Amino acid sequence: MKIIVCLKQVPDAKNVRLDPKTNTMSREGVKSIMNPFDEHALEEAVRLAAEYGGSVTALSMGPPQAGEMLRGAVACGADAAVLVSDRAFAGADTWATTYTLARAVITLGGADLIICGKQAIDGDTAQVGPGLAGRLDLAYASCIKKVQEVKDGVIIAQRMMDDGYDELEIPLPALFTVVKEINEPRIASLKGKMKAKKVEIKVLDAAGIGADPKLLGLAGSPTKVDKVFAPEARGERTMLTGTVAGQVTQLVEKLEAVLNA
Amino acid sequence: MLEIDPQLCTGCGVCEDNCAFGAISVVNGLAQVKEQCTLCGNCVDNCEAGALLIEQGEAAVKVNPADYAGVWIYAEFRHGEIAPVAFELLGIGRRLAAARGVQLAAVLMGYDLQDKAQELIWHGADEVFQLDDPGLKDFTDEAYGNVLAHLIKEHKPEIVLAGATAIGRSFIPQVATSMGAGLTADCTDLAIGEDGNLLQTRPAFGGNIMATIVCPDTRPQMATVRPMVMTALPPDKGRQGVVHKLDAGAFNLAARVKVLASVITAPDKVKLAEAEIVVAGGRGLESAKGFALLNELADLLGGSVAASRAVVDAGWIDYPYQVGQTGKTVAPKLYICCGISGAIQHLVGMQSSEVIVAINKDPAAPIFAIATYGIVGDLFEVLPRLITELKNRTL
Repeated sequence: MKIIVCLKQVPDAKNVRLDPKTNTMSREGVKSIMNPFDEHALEEAVRLAAEYGGSVTALSMGPPQAGEMLRGAVACGADAAVLVSDRAFAGADTWATTYTLARAVITLGGADLIICGKQAIDGDTAQVGPGLAGRLDLAYASCIKKVQEVKDGVIIAQRMMDDGYDELEIPLPALFTVVKEINEPRIASLKGKMKAKKVEIKVLDAAGIGADPKLLGLAGSPTKVDKVFAPEARGERTMLTGTVAGQVTQLVEKLEAVLNA
Repeated sequence: MLEIDPQLCTGCGVCEDNCAFGAISVVNGLAQVKEQCTLCGNCVDNCEAGALLIEQGEAAVKVNPADYAGVWIYAEFRHGEIAPVAFELLGIGRRLAAARGVQLAAVLMGYDLQDKAQELIWHGADEVFQLDDPGLKDFTDEAYGNVLAHLIKEHKPEIVLAGATAIGRSFIPQVATSMGAGLTADCTDLAIGEDGNLLQTRPAFGGNIMATIVCPDTRPQMATVRPMVMTALPPDKGRQGVVHKLDAGAFNLAARVKVLASVITAPDKVKLAEAEIVVAGGRGLESAKGFALLNELADLLGGSVAASRAVVDAGWIDYPYQVGQTGKTVAPKLYICCGISGAIQHLVGMQSSEVIVAINKDPAAPIFAIATYGIVGDLFEVLPRLITELKNRTL
């Protein structure tokens, strides 16, 4: 089974905070990480390849520095790593991104299974997985929380829904996205780290994936950013003071209107 | 590409501070852009000197917007009920349709729909496109996507809205991709701009900034909308509308993925998204046992408990209780946060609550920046007193 796992390098949003005084972002100590959902996608790919036989190629679209993240993927069990990188990709929305990734997958000779994280924590759109499946015309399911079995070219898996889960039969070739519940990503082994040091990361540019330049990056993106602005601050704010008992009494008085409604 | 005008750049560094990707730095008094730049445009809007510019270029895919008319919403139907977000979409859809002077239609598909289409008309739809077929009993991306794409191609609406639910977020992206249409995820505000385009506003970078997105050159303009953000209109049972009952034979309902079983696991008690009072706990609870106090308070107030991502990740409580960017969005009358520091990821899911009470040991916790009432103190001291006081009050 040939598996491709799609990975994205993102700013570590956990550490991005809004400075309440200036209402600007504080980036202090923010570094680039592998999108946390993608760590689970990678783990599932490596796990399935080990259990059912096959190879895992880690694929990322991003600037050259994303190569380091791909080395990390090899350290955690991927067999090969491919970086799709070109200045022409900058400003791509999810439509242009899925076009670029689809071209890359085709260039790599396709796959039996493509696994993506549910969404990336910088954009939170959850659109690239489904969009890529659409472009490659693959059987597709989102938010997989458990792969029960792969047998006779069919995956039996559970899809998380708002009110529970669906048990699915997904025929290969397929693409699915994963939620965090699916597994516990491994820590890179020493052997894996040694391998990652030596691995050659294949880099493909726009020409290398046979892309139509008009469909890439900002120009190829139907969505345009009109403006960005700081979220509105909330209205009245009161810090209660005094003893704990006094504060609780004040609070209950203040909440009277809400509680009586 | 991001261009920096060396004549105008003052080297003030505001762009550097505002870049979430660390893609700009000021070198020798001049801003320099690095490879990490994603052209998000945040720096351009923040540059008071007007020294930054993003060249938009000519769009590759274009349609004539005049060929498209009408506002559509996708009315999600699962396990015998229309999802509440469908009515919220009709609420905002009516406003958009009025601003554009067009009709508002709903697409309803599934199996055994009975007379649910009528509810959509009562809530604001002028028309309902209804497809009732056993082949749509279970949700599959392929069949649902095919039906919606087919209808969009046939009727050419200018705007298509869907709920940002598990189902909406799963199949709408494929529909948008196949149309060559832009899709904006998780919108919190929608309006019509002066040029008639849909202004789609959503939180970006985990809610640190808001971004307004437009799709000037493609149609339909597609967006998913977070549940509990828009307001549904009260049902008007006198409202008239047209229900188009569609013939399944005209559609491709085949799906490669098969649903073997559909299991409802979220216990009834978790009506978190609908609760008027929510009591939420974070790391300050110290352990899973801390939720006993929260449950007691929530029961007393007739509300629901909720949790931050940190404690769900720690396994203290199940995921259906998670509020935030990667969990549920809630907007109750009263939201009480206990031992939650206030990471942006959590705030995004609850900042529309009418009244927010924060109880936290750390006076510098960011949660206090958005709390209507803040108490600095140990929640294990504050909550028992609050419970006692509330009990006395009701006696």
